Amino acid sequence: MNTFESWGRFPKLQNQQVLPLPSPHNALPFPPEGRTVLPYGLGRSYGDSCINNGNAIIPTAGLSCFIDFDPQRGIVKAEAGVSLATILDVFVPRGWFLPVTPGTKFVTLGGAIANDIHGKNHHKAGTFGRHVLSFGLLRSDGAHHTCSPSENGPLYCATIGGLGLTGLITWVELQLTPIQSPYLDTRTIKFRNLDEFFDISVESDALFDYSVSWVDCTSEGDRLGRGLFMAGNFSSRSKRKKRPNLALPFPCEAPSWLLNSLFMRSFNNLYYNKQLSRTVDALTHYEPFFYPLDAILNWNRMYGKRGFFQYQLVVPFEHDRNIIKEIFRRITRSKRASFLAVLKTFGDIESPGMMSFPTKGVTLALDFPNDGKPTLALMDELDSIVKDAHGRIYAAKDARMSPEMFRLSYPRVGEFAPFIDPNFSSSLWRRVMEPA
Amino acid sequence: MKKVVIVGATSAIAAEAARALALDGASLFLIGRNSDKLERLAGDLRVRSGAEVHTAAFEAHDLHGASRVLEQARSALGEIDAALVAHGDLPDQRACEHDWAAAERSLVTNFMSPAAFLTWLANYFEGRKQGNITVISSVAGDRGRQSNYIYGAAKGGLTVLLQGLRNRLAHHGVSVTTIKPGFVDTPMTAHIKKGPLFASAEAVGRRTAKAMRRGESVVYAPGFWLPIMLIIRHIPECIFKKLRL
Repeated sequence: MNTFESWGRFPKLQNQQVLPLPSPHNALPFPPEGRTVLPYGLGRSYGDSCINNGNAIIPTAGLSCFIDFDPQRGIVKAEAGVSLATILDVFVPRGWFLPVTPGTKFVTLGGAIANDIHGKNHHKAGTFGRHVLSFGLLRSDGAHHTCSPSENGPLYCATIGGLGLTGLITWVELQLTPIQSPYLDTRTIKFRNLDEFFDISVESDALFDYSVSWVDCTSEGDRLGRGLFMAGNFSSRSKRKKRPNLALPFPCEAPSWLLNSLFMRSFNNLYYNKQLSRTVDALTHYEPFFYPLDAILNWNRMYGKRGFFQYQLVVPFEHDRNIIKEIFRRITRSKRASFLAVLKTFGDIESPGMMSFPTKGVTLALDFPNDGKPTLALMDELDSIVKDAHGRIYAAKDARMSPEMFRLSYPRVGEFAPFIDPNFSSSLWRRVMEPA
Repeated sequence: MKKVVIVGATSAIAAEAARALALDGASLFLIGRNSDKLERLAGDLRVRSGAEVHTAAFEAHDLHGASRVLEQARSALGEIDAALVAHGDLPDQRACEHDWAAAERSLVTNFMSPAAFLTWLANYFEGRKQGNITVISSVAGDRGRQSNYIYGAAKGGLTVLLQGLRNRLAHHGVSVTTIKPGFVDTPMTAHIKKGPLFASAEAVGRRTAKAMRRGESVVYAPGFWLPIMLIIRHIPECIFKKLRL
């Protein structure tokens, strides 16, 4: 049952009202006197960008209809509560794929815009926002704006990556990408340390549309940052056998002692050694390639009641490899990292979004179980390295960065703020806008 | 099932059933109260499946107009292979206790109106000697409870009507399916606090489409309501009357 929490389940919900979306969808519900509202899609944001404690949320699940499809050009128009999973169900059999997809398909179109999500093809395709041709934006003054690069341009740029604060996105027109098969020709390359990762990344990113690396955050010394580089291109081949479509729920809240450092080390060891040879080529269905974790619904429960943090940073490429190495050293030394660490190089394709996160460089995302103060202290320590390297922290995943770090991560925030709908806010926004 | 008419098509469960049926390649005739909502759903179904979709706006309280709108569906589709009757509303029980007009509205929407549609549908399918009629009833119709006995009476009456109809049409090769959903997360229940017994409209809609394809008789959706209602139905009245249900 939907509890309207965030994916990391931290911070906890406090006194958050749920306002139904009026039908037909031509006006917004008013927040209670002196309070604010925030649209809520599928709640996959990790931190507090999708919650509005002490205020109200508007669930967008009712915005579930497709509106139009142009089969010649691959342009789909749909209401903003339609999920990427639904788009895949409907359009993959017709030979179209999402232009950009994150590591879960359980996000809405509106959420994909609000966080200007990125994926394994950032180095080739940029962010999601680049492929959004237009969208409708309902503001609390009752105005319904159509936004595109040529119409209401500034509002279009503010809303892409705008954390849901500029109004309710009602419909979206999206350019899909043609594919010949639901399978990808994939290559997995083992790297023994970070230097090898950088070398492989430079060579292979040119050859593959999609790439991402899983990294072991528990090994030290000359194995620091060892992992698996996974890349692929959509294939023209297909397998005859149909894939079973199975998703299992994570049965219960796990006890907090489960994810201890010994368990993590063993898991990382096993995963790293899952292939013996250095390079393995395969034909892989898009589901396990893009969405390995979606096979376990509610996997966030694995982290127990206290929830977890996801930490994603990007540091510019020009800086030497030592910054990333230093970050890895701190993480491995802390023994707090979990098994979900991914490393990727972002390209230099610009997003139209003022508040877009990706920028050319190396990005690292990983989970930390919430152990309270020591976990927060570690992330603060990492922040200071990122800050010195002129890097950024991703707001869609954050629940704790300082207002100062937010301003450094989103240098155009001053330009963005005037576009916020006066009735809209979020727990994240109030936290990072606090006067220092 | 190639050609399906859906009454109350924009209700959350019916809309999800329509999506499942359209994906199977069915042509649809959608009947509902609000023409904007009907057009919105029709557009959605056309994008999802390329299905042929017709719509007609209709007010459920127009009991004598039911046959007319169904005739319209038949001429648009050519013939009808299956029908889903899904309209209904959840009244405020308190209001129904104090105000006959409120109770009457609920009885008309939840019992009389479906009965009016079923009269035409039963005769049509009886003549055709094949097909399926599926109706959304409710677990609330399995036993009267103080918290919603007006709604329960309407749905209970509907369940009994369907039993009789199933018996009548079984001799003519026509299946009649009674869907009994429990709590479903829909706009109709938006004001009720959600608990673990709530199911999604998508799950119940898909189950409905599956039951139609198979021509099942009585289906609890989700299935865990079958044992729950078995117990509820068998509690002796002398005990039941003292419970707060």
